[in-house]
Amino acid sequence: MSRVFSLLAVVAFGVIFGSLVAGYSERQSLSDLAIYYLTHVPADLGAPNVVTGILISFRGFDTLGEVAVLFMVAASVGLLLAEEVSGKPPARKSSGSRGKEPSELVRTGAEIVLPLVFVFGAYVIMNGHLSAGGGFQGGAVVASGVMLLMLADPRGPIHHGFLSVTESLAGVLYVSIGIFGMVFAGGFLDSRILPLGEFGAFFSAGAIPLISALLGIKVGAELSVVIDRFRS
Amino acid sequence: MGLPVSQILLATGFMLMLVGVWGMLTHRNILRIIIGFSLVDTGMHIVLVATGYVTGGTAPIIDEALNAGEAASRAVDPIPSALVVTAIVIGFSVTAIMLSFAIRIHKTRKTLSIDALTESRW
Repeated sequence: MSRVFSLLAVVAFGVIFGSLVAGYSERQSLSDLAIYYLTHVPADLGAPNVVTGILISFRGFDTLGEVAVLFMVAASVGLLLAEEVSGKPPARKSSGSRGKEPSELVRTGAEIVLPLVFVFGAYVIMNGHLSAGGGFQGGAVVASGVMLLMLADPRGPIHHGFLSVTESLAGVLYVSIGIFGMVFAGGFLDSRILPLGEFGAFFSAGAIPLISALLGIKVGAELSVVIDRFRS
Repeated sequence: MGLPVSQILLATGFMLMLVGVWGMLTHRNILRIIIGFSLVDTGMHIVLVATGYVTGGTAPIIDEALNAGEAASRAVDPIPSALVVTAIVIGFSVTAIMLSFAIRIHKTRKTLSIDALTESRW
């Protein structure tokens, strides 16, 4: 009976979606807002990648809020998965001896691949203003490297203090760059506090690479904390 | 000239969402419900990106292939792309919270079936 109901619900959704797809005609021109972004991001901010320009400068406050959401997720996952303090110590020993050790292939592979993963993450973070990439994407790449590290060495220590200090420092610097923008330029998180430089060069686009790097560090640290919480 | 690209993308995204809704409604295992939710999430992202596509458009990155003068006529809409980055992060956050709740439920009930949770049933 419930299966029939589910089928009905899915079919109803399907009819709605189908009529949406059938009635959609591909856009032939951009909206005025999009044209504004496409002309003003390269001209005013000096960033070739328009999406990064929008994310970091025009919608910078939103991005800051997003990082705050990630921080809250890391905190609440820790709260939800924390072992009861009064209860018995975590049953890590039993699960550790029962679970198999990672194979030599994984361990050796991780040793070779990990530096490459981290370098690639740093590359993606630092080229966010020039090409496809940016803080969130690079941070996710770095966190996937941390995940590989945990797979290769499940009981290896991940230094929580170091991660939280890095993350908090990046957050504080991020907000202070935003306040500098309010003092020296047009508003909160305005990236024009640094010289725009030559268009398309590595050191260009004002404070965008700097904010991107801080964002990448913060996202990488937060995702690593979330992954590490799920391990225990 | 076949179907427009954005229409194919829209159909794919909506199909993924339907698969996710079906999975969420028919499975009783909490982990499978979370997987269904992720499918709906991914489908939504594809739909959002598809609505930003303009016929013949390219990525909104100004370089040798796309100079600043013709950006307004040849690039796709950058706003949905920027929104989807936000949506992906939020989707990740929601999934992480749901998974930790699932672990918590498994700890107290020793089962992952949603039938074990009868308090909030109506």
